[in-house]
Amino acid sequence: MTNVVVAGAGTIGSLLAGYLARVADVSVLTRREDHARALNEQGLCVSGRGDFTSQVSASTDPSELDADLVIVACKGNDLEPLAQRLSGHFAGATVMTVLNGLGAEDVVGAHGDWPLLSSVTFMSGTRHSDTHVEYILDTATWIGPYRDTTRGDAQRVADLIVESGLNAEAFDDLRPAQWSKLIFNATVNSVAALTGLPHDAHFAGAPLGPLVHALVDEGKETAAAAGVQLGEDPWEMNVLATQRGHAHRPSMLEDVEAKRPTEVELITGALVREATRTGVPVPLHRALYALVKAKEASYS
Amino acid sequence: MRICVVGCGAVGSLFAANLAQLDDVEVWAYDASQPHVDAINANGLRLSGAGDVVGRVRATTDAQELPQCDFGIVATKTMHTDAAIAATAPAFTGGYVATVQNGLGNEETLARHVTRVIRGTTFPAGKIVEPGHVQWDVKGDTTFGPFGDTPLEPVRQLADACTRGGMPAHAVEDARGPQWRKVIFNASTNPIGALTGLTHGRVCERPDLRALVSGLVDEGKAVAAAQGIVLDADPEDLIDHAAKPEVAYGHKASMLQDVEARRQTEIDYLNGGIVRFGREHGVPTPLNEAIWALVKGVEAAWQQ
Repeated sequence: MTNVVVAGAGTIGSLLAGYLARVADVSVLTRREDHARALNEQGLCVSGRGDFTSQVSASTDPSELDADLVIVACKGNDLEPLAQRLSGHFAGATVMTVLNGLGAEDVVGAHGDWPLLSSVTFMSGTRHSDTHVEYILDTATWIGPYRDTTRGDAQRVADLIVESGLNAEAFDDLRPAQWSKLIFNATVNSVAALTGLPHDAHFAGAPLGPLVHALVDEGKETAAAAGVQLGEDPWEMNVLATQRGHAHRPSMLEDVEAKRPTEVELITGALVREATRTGVPVPLHRALYALVKAKEASYS
Repeated sequence: MRICVVGCGAVGSLFAANLAQLDDVEVWAYDASQPHVDAINANGLRLSGAGDVVGRVRATTDAQELPQCDFGIVATKTMHTDAAIAATAPAFTGGYVATVQNGLGNEETLARHVTRVIRGTTFPAGKIVEPGHVQWDVKGDTTFGPFGDTPLEPVRQLADACTRGGMPAHAVEDARGPQWRKVIFNASTNPIGALTGLTHGRVCERPDLRALVSGLVDEGKAVAAAQGIVLDADPEDLIDHAAKPEVAYGHKASMLQDVEARRQTEIDYLNGGIVRFGREHGVPTPLNEAIWALVKGVEAAWQQ
């Protein structure tokens, strides 16, 4: 059986840990002692689309955990410190990042020579407590090779995730999907964070549709200048998402409502930096980037 | 001379109470708030702060009680202009109606209901403390100018009355310069405070945000220039001046106050107005359009 370590047990990490524990030996690397203790004592309860409790082991000490596969699933702002904790551990394991934005693979890769897989996930849920996560949107996780890995390696992880009951797919090159999601997130997350609206029909029609469309166009120009052919069209992803009947609350909206730092640096920041590098003017993304960062500054 | 202030909130009250100091002016006030109207009729309209004044003003919530007036001064929030002038228009069949409101498009709205309209822009500010009592925070000038076919002479009469009453006012041939200067200032700063929660000074000390403010100012200037409007001052200078600690560093924009209280904002008449006039004159305004959409989104979120 495969040994999987999930590093970072927020919503996505908890969902992956809870499901994968049904087909693999899963342990969770947590930051807090009480989080590890709660998981060891109570297991991880999955509700919503799932209805079961998984036994997982957990620790704050990576040397106590064994892995063939390490899944890094933290928030962008926690990535660097988490990658530092992985350093020197898990020799022989493959490390897969599941983060928003761009560049997480390189941040992790700087701390060890593990083979790396890239992934983006479109599933969503709500984390009710350290030991309870609700599975809401059953959309897929997409996986591709990044460093010293092959499509076959990506496929094996995708197969394991599918066997556990979640959706996943492997690709030869993840960049098209990663960029589609980057543009989608940079647009939808920042507009939601600034307006307080969940991702609903306002984003495809009045009053926000034209702005969302213009933001997507800036992102497409940046992708083209960076030599990336997009996967799904981010505007169509936006329209489809608003038609699901369930209005998703983007993580950046939840962050500003809780007055937490957002992932704007990793998402919109990454897009703006790519645009600067390739010489594409992105005045609207720059505006939203400045506004969201200012909103974070208003907490204090 | 008989003058009716339409919308006797903070700014309307400054005009009404000061004009009521003049022996040759009879002041009426039309307002939707019954407690405010009752207090004004019982005790007079009181200002305190930058000036301490009590004015004898006849106030009513019923437009049919208004006599024929020589001048109207409309000071409602912009989204209430149409309803307010539709109700009071019969009192102005022989008079002139001036706006001292924020934003763009008020003159056009008034002109749909009355034939003689005066353009106006005013800088004094205050807030209602309790019914019948307004705190006068900031003194400032008012500029009036003709709109449409209105001649300059009645504009002068109104400006003269305001000045004599204690509200300094100028009559000019083209009042669009001060109006657009104020609109560009407000449209480039108010919604930024409203969207971020930051005071004016904190907005201005963030270089990326200050650059966004300048982007908004530049679009507004281009739309003004396309109409042949000469601004009477550079909004950039006013923005930097207001950011000084001794001026308005800690000031929360009125739109931020609106958003915090979940009151409808004047975004349609600020950035929305710049976008509309930009379209009419073929000037692109993508940043103003983006900011307009975001604030409309904020308002939409309150309905959820």
